[in-house]
Amino acid sequence: MKDLIIQKIKERFADSVIEFSDFRNDLSVLLKKEAIHDVALFLRDDADLKCDMCKDATAIDWARRKNRFTVVYHIYSFKNNIELRLKADLDESDLNTVSLVSVWKSAEWYERETFDMYGINYVNHPDLRRIYLPEEFEYYPLRKDFPLLGIPGSLPLPKSEN
Amino acid sequence: MGLEAKLTQDGFITTTIDSVIAWARKSSVWPMPMGISCCAIEMIAAADPKYDISRFGSEVMRFSPRQSDLMIVAGTVTYKMAHVVRRIYDQMPDPKWVIAMGACTSTGGMYRSYSVVQGIDQFLPVDIYTAGCPPRPENLLNALMAIQDKISKTRARDFQDKIPSEFSK
Repeated sequence: MKDLIIQKIKERFADSVIEFSDFRNDLSVLLKKEAIHDVALFLRDDADLKCDMCKDATAIDWARRKNRFTVVYHIYSFKNNIELRLKADLDESDLNTVSLVSVWKSAEWYERETFDMYGINYVNHPDLRRIYLPEEFEYYPLRKDFPLLGIPGSLPLPKSEN
Repeated sequence: MGLEAKLTQDGFITTTIDSVIAWARKSSVWPMPMGISCCAIEMIAAADPKYDISRFGSEVMRFSPRQSDLMIVAGTVTYKMAHVVRRIYDQMPDPKWVIAMGACTSTGGMYRSYSVVQGIDQFLPVDIYTAGCPPRPENLLNALMAIQDKISKTRARDFQDKIPSEFSK
């Protein structure tokens, strides 16, 4: 099944794929970020693959790497019982990437969380607001340069009267 | 009981208003169970027949702050939750007391993190801190007894004409 996925993606998106990796039986596809929406649509609609569920969307902060961030989508096919990761690298200078909410509705809150924690800007997301932290919070806490105990005073406490 | 035996003899006892009121207050401390995380399980265990918090007159767990005297903050308080905890505390009528139950509530505990308040005494006046992660029910009962000791030393006029904190803003 994995060979079929690799073959199908290679056939249609030869220019967009940077590499396939199969680490401990987990297949990942590293894509150019411009292509991620098209590949996602293809994987969802292809009659043999039918990757019809987005289980998670998140990001990785590599701290010092040239392309600092990687966005990751975990997708799943009920038909074939196979899980697959779509990845795309982002540079710190351009944190825009296209949202996959139009492909999988379940990605909406995952992308909001990733925006909340890493500050990645999902273009065409229907409601890109912070999901956990207060809306006026100015930092992205899962970035590697964010201090463990946070920025003092950045999250308000209720006023103590006594 | 000794008290009834006395009453059949003379029909009256002498005491002070302060001590009667303090005795009544400490014998029916109604808790507001602010069970935010796993400490709440031990708080519930303290109410079951084995540990039986009703021996201390505190079995009436009120989920309405308007009817409570003691807030048991049992669990990790995040910065977002802190506003809720403070608001519920403000709604409790005076006099009122607070137990910080467990490591998280007292100091942030193992959650040394940007999202967790490192001790609820940053926004609440805490009377008793309870050690443990979570504290055993005996430990909570011990905290309750310490609160009772504290209440028994109060005088009624300590709380007179005190404006409830929710109106003083």
